[in-house]
Amino acid sequence: MSDEKQDRTSPPGGLQPPTSPASGEVKDRTSPPGGLRPPTSPASGKVKPNVAGDVGALLKGLRTTLGEAMKPPVTLMYPEDKTPRSERYRGRHYLRRYDNGLERCIGCELCAAACPVGCILVIAAENTEEKRVSPGERYAKTYEINMLRCIFCGYCEDACPVQAIVLGPEYELSDTSREKFIYTKEKLLEPLPPDVEARLNSKEKK
Amino acid sequence: MTQLYNDPIGHWVVVVVAMALLLFVVLTATAYTVWFERVALGRIQRRPGPNRVGPFGLMQLAADGIKLAFKESFVPAKTDKLIFVIAPAIGVAAAFLAWTVIPIGLWYNVQYWIADVNVGILVIFAVSSLNVYAIVLGGYASNNKYSLLGGLRASAQLISYEMALGLSLVPTFMIVGSLRLRDIAEYTVSWGPYHGPIPLILLTPIGFLIYIISATAETNRTPFDLPEAEQELIGGFLTEYSGLKFTMYYLAEYLNVITVSALATLLFFGGWYLWFVPPVFAFLIKVVLMLFLYIWLRATFPRLRYDMLMRLGWKVLLPLAMANVIVTAIILVAVQG
Repeated sequence: MSDEKQDRTSPPGGLQPPTSPASGEVKDRTSPPGGLRPPTSPASGKVKPNVAGDVGALLKGLRTTLGEAMKPPVTLMYPEDKTPRSERYRGRHYLRRYDNGLERCIGCELCAAACPVGCILVIAAENTEEKRVSPGERYAKTYEINMLRCIFCGYCEDACPVQAIVLGPEYELSDTSREKFIYTKEKLLEPLPPDVEARLNSKEKK
Repeated sequence: MTQLYNDPIGHWVVVVVAMALLLFVVLTATAYTVWFERVALGRIQRRPGPNRVGPFGLMQLAADGIKLAFKESFVPAKTDKLIFVIAPAIGVAAAFLAWTVIPIGLWYNVQYWIADVNVGILVIFAVSSLNVYAIVLGGYASNNKYSLLGGLRASAQLISYEMALGLSLVPTFMIVGSLRLRDIAEYTVSWGPYHGPIPLILLTPIGFLIYIISATAETNRTPFDLPEAEQELIGGFLTEYSGLKFTMYYLAEYLNVITVSALATLLFFGGWYLWFVPPVFAFLIKVVLMLFLYIWLRATFPRLRYDMLMRLGWKVLLPLAMANVIVTAIILVAVQG
């Protein structure tokens, strides 16, 4: 056991100094590792100053910084300008509807089953002739996602048999209270950004 | 104006008004120096710097000032309360005092300064040395090992560099033959057909070099900011300070930077003379350029190690400054006979 433990603490190779009797490395560790001081010749032990070289290095540094100042800033003015998101970026969720206004979600709870952190709550109810919410037999009476738990893995989107839940491009989801992070059905049913919706529709037709 | 100035009561009226004006101008200048530094540093690091509050971020300092003013004025336990409170005030007072003798310009026979002292430069040296008390006392009173170390470093550093700073200016005094800042700024030469003011940097370039390095060390600016080293001393003497007391230290630091820039302008760049540019504006332009030099140095060089700092001060700058004095003296005697 102790042998095993020792093996695990010591790195596989190279990090420990070699323990050969001829190694003179240990002495060097007291002096800073190269570059901080001009090299000392072991015979005299005196520091040989290189004034011209040092001043040249300083001037080179000054020239570099001034050169950088001449270039335009690379900062992105964030709230106004944003970096482009990938088409498949996984941001906040949306529940989609069919063109005729019916909800896609059929309350099968496959998303909740697929969710690795269990942040989705679906309570299904039967569709009736008077009150038809989705084309299938059942619909989601309650559909809640705890966005504080969600890890945006997209498994719910993969699991959904009717492409009802999708992850949209929005990523600025901060809010002022924990309760507001429980996204309810009303919030999730908000329409998708039109470009994303069009893309999803065209994908479906293919 | 001259009449009013010579009248005993009018003199005081003029001086008090000038002081109030100066306080306002210098405080504003400090605020915009901070803005300038942040923008210039930002550009060097390829980012825009403050640009949100007001046009070009010009109101950033107002926002920062309000934030600092409304912060809790916190005094840690077991501090020396009196010294803890007084120390930053000493720093600000010393920084402001230097401006009593700094001439800004002579325009339409109006003197833009408060006191025309015939040993002006000595006054500045005297009050700028007080700055170290603010740092040492602040570090001592904070009851914090990092603060104490910062204070100790400050005292050693200022002693080391004050000598070089003083000596770096001696050739200037020898050439001009006066300690009055106005005389130094107005120094004129008659070289053949040319008769007029010249920047003294042409005559004492090494003096300027030593001045810049020592002044950076005096004001605890970045290559020499060991007293407040953020990384190893967690802010040094500033560790325990917050709110308005921190603001005072901050103010004092930037005031000192402006002071040494103004001093360099007067001593080495001919003060308020610049071709056709109106005197006060010429002075301003030169000071801004000097400030940029400081910011540029800050953006470029990493902090020195403590032994490097001491070695540079005692083994390089001090002998160099002394040699500069001697060589200048020999040349002066040879030229003037």
